[in-house]
Amino acid sequence: MKLFYFAWLRARVGCAEEEVALPPQVYDVAGLLDWLRARSDRHAEALRNLGLVRVAVNQDYVGLAHPVREGDEVAIFPPVTGG
Amino acid sequence: MIRVQCEDFDVGAELERLTADNHRIGGVASFIGLVRDMAGGDRVSALTLEHYPGMTERKLAEIEAEAHRRWPLDAALVIHRYGRLEPGDRIVLVAAASPHREAALAACHFLIDWLKTEAPFWKSETTPAGERWVEARAEDDAARERWTPTLEV
Repeated sequence: MKLFYFAWLRARVGCAEEEVALPPQVYDVAGLLDWLRARSDRHAEALRNLGLVRVAVNQDYVGLAHPVREGDEVAIFPPVTGG
Repeated sequence: MIRVQCEDFDVGAELERLTADNHRIGGVASFIGLVRDMAGGDRVSALTLEHYPGMTERKLAEIEAEAHRRWPLDAALVIHRYGRLEPGDRIVLVAAASPHREAALAACHFLIDWLKTEAPFWKSETTPAGERWVEARAEDDAARERWTPTLEV
């Protein structure tokens, strides 16, 4: 699975993108975020406050219960501030 | 039409192109967003915009399609820049053209309000104290809500 990070989440995680192999027990966004938090201290710190984290799966905004599967493009970022 | 680009745009030329050869259009409403030199009491010397290539274009196209669905528009335009900008620089141009002003004005307002909460852009400000990410504002969410139908079909 391809992961993208943007804005301060990218800075805190320390990379703009990473390729991960999804373990079988991870099947939704909430599970993915839990699993990522255990990946490193940087991930744990970046994803500490879920109130500040937005997720897109295959370029659509989704909630924590949305399914994720191998091959998805998942982006994790703070609330948007364009315009 | 939507465009995401690093370079500046010529407002006059863009609006000219939007209405060219369509004499049904009786009014064009436009909004231009500019970089301010102050934020939260601090001087801002630059604003750097980052976006999510692919999803940005997709979301802007959805927003434009939604405007066409809601109002009888002859044309709509969204141009959004990314990269490093300085105070006074143009960030975004939104325009809507219609036979009558009501639809053009409302659609233009809708486009910028929805864009602010839907399009995946993030701003970082350069201030004397250093670089900092702009936080999302509750007012922008409230502005978006204004356009949410009370009865979802």
